[in-house]
Amino acid sequence: MSGFAASRARSDGPLKLAVPRGALFAETLDVLDAAGIDTSELRGDSRSLIFETSGMTLVTMRPSDVPTYVEVGAADIGITGKDVLLEQSDRIVYELLDLGFGRCRMVLAARTGNDRLGEAQRRLGMMRIATKYPRIAERYFESTGRQIELIEVKGSVELAPLVGLGDGIVDLVATGRTLEENGLEVREEIVECTARFVANRVAHKLRSAEIDELTTKLREASGGGE
Amino acid sequence: MIHPIPPGTRDVLPDEMRELRRLRAALIEVFEARGYGEVATPAIEYDEVMARGDGRAARSAYRFFDESGELLALRSDMTVPIARLVASRYAASEPPHRLCYLASAYRAVRPQRGQMRELVQAGVELIGAPAPEGTVEVIEVLEAALDAAGLERAVIGLGDADLYRQLLEEFGVEGDAADAVLASLATHDLVGIEENLLQAGIASEQAETCVALTQLRGGKEILEQARGLGGAAVERATARLSETYEGLERRGAADRVQIDLGLLRDLGYYSGAILEVYDPALGHVLGGGGRYDGLMQRFGVDLPAAGFALYLDRVHTAQMEESRRGGGDR
Repeated sequence: MSGFAASRARSDGPLKLAVPRGALFAETLDVLDAAGIDTSELRGDSRSLIFETSGMTLVTMRPSDVPTYVEVGAADIGITGKDVLLEQSDRIVYELLDLGFGRCRMVLAARTGNDRLGEAQRRLGMMRIATKYPRIAERYFESTGRQIELIEVKGSVELAPLVGLGDGIVDLVATGRTLEENGLEVREEIVECTARFVANRVAHKLRSAEIDELTTKLREASGGGE
Repeated sequence: MIHPIPPGTRDVLPDEMRELRRLRAALIEVFEARGYGEVATPAIEYDEVMARGDGRAARSAYRFFDESGELLALRSDMTVPIARLVASRYAASEPPHRLCYLASAYRAVRPQRGQMRELVQAGVELIGAPAPEGTVEVIEVLEAALDAAGLERAVIGLGDADLYRQLLEEFGVEGDAADAVLASLATHDLVGIEENLLQAGIASEQAETCVALTQLRGGKEILEQARGLGGAAVERATARLSETYEGLERRGAADRVQIDLGLLRDLGYYSGAILEVYDPALGHVLGGGGRYDGLMQRFGVDLPAAGFALYLDRVHTAQMEESRRGGGDR
């Protein structure tokens, strides 16, 4: 046991945590603060991307880049949305904790009071679906036995059905206001997404004590993941 | 003029080849010194042979017909061809058989992910030596190989392939529900494991036990913690692990072995002890292995067996990272 502890105590500097900028940013900082990691520097208007704080290195990035960094070990651990993890489900990262915040729904939406979606399915056997989440959409329609033509867009997907690009959209909805303002309504709910705490596979094994301790703190800070 | 090669394959130029040759030689020397003779098998096997080893996970991604209509397959690993070789060529000789190899295997890749279609593996197979002695011997060879590669900081994870299958049986979770749990276990999706277990109708207390087990990794003390979580399946798995670990301790070979109850390997033929290799300088697994006591039987010879394979390119990358790190410290 003593020899074991000694051999395990090696570390390659501070743990690197990937922090998502964007919609999850503020709540991520709050939960990190509650877990005892000082995030005051990240809250300023610094243009830096990397911050050294509380014995850790915080690396800020787009949420959709978090699995990429964590999979190869460029970040040991990270926080990102379940939507990102589902869309990039081929990336091998360990999902350790549901942090509970950033709750939103992945939905199928179409123009309010308009039957174009149903008509396309009935008469053409195929719906045209615009989305930023092609893999989630593909898997969802496959699992419900419906055929779709997938149209991948990068920007505001709400635009697509309004101008005839697609019969419906698959998108992430928090309050539903954007949909409403664009004359769209939720037709089906696909999955509910929250922020998740993830770890690199090797870091999870080799830096187990540090990661387990942080997991426990984050679980408490996020209210038991409920 | 650029003439492309298929994604997931690559050319090796002299500078790299020189380093790889040194690494290959160092590894083979370790294997041979411990009595593991090097063998080579054809890259192409009958598909029936590869499928016999593992109908699912290790099934070859590249299959084709030969001129007489036989279905052939590019090998997806070396363990199955060596099982075939031992059953065919060593039927009359006394086990155990100690063999090693340095060979390419072929896997399917996902596009644009830097995955290799052709990968070189260096490994050993010890056929005819039961647990725990056989497992201990294989781990010792693995440690010597890592030392020879200059990866003194590398750690070997030691887990048990049967733990969760048996635990789920004990919980009365079977069929598709069990597969869903095992799939989330394999990807280590803890949130998903709990969801899948609750969906399968087991009590939340048992679900928590299962999740807590996957987080147990460390020295001998975690076997005690695991037993505290209870159950006959846990009892059996920890007994197997503790036998192996004590065997390693007696040989002074336990220091770099981390017992890990969260380990699960995706090849279907593993049973009992399973291994994974990590180096702190690299975010990817360097290799793995374990026991496959049921595999030889599929080739008509009932012999217990164990082995490991290292991914040569990843070991080489780790070597470079470690030497760079060593240089930086000075």
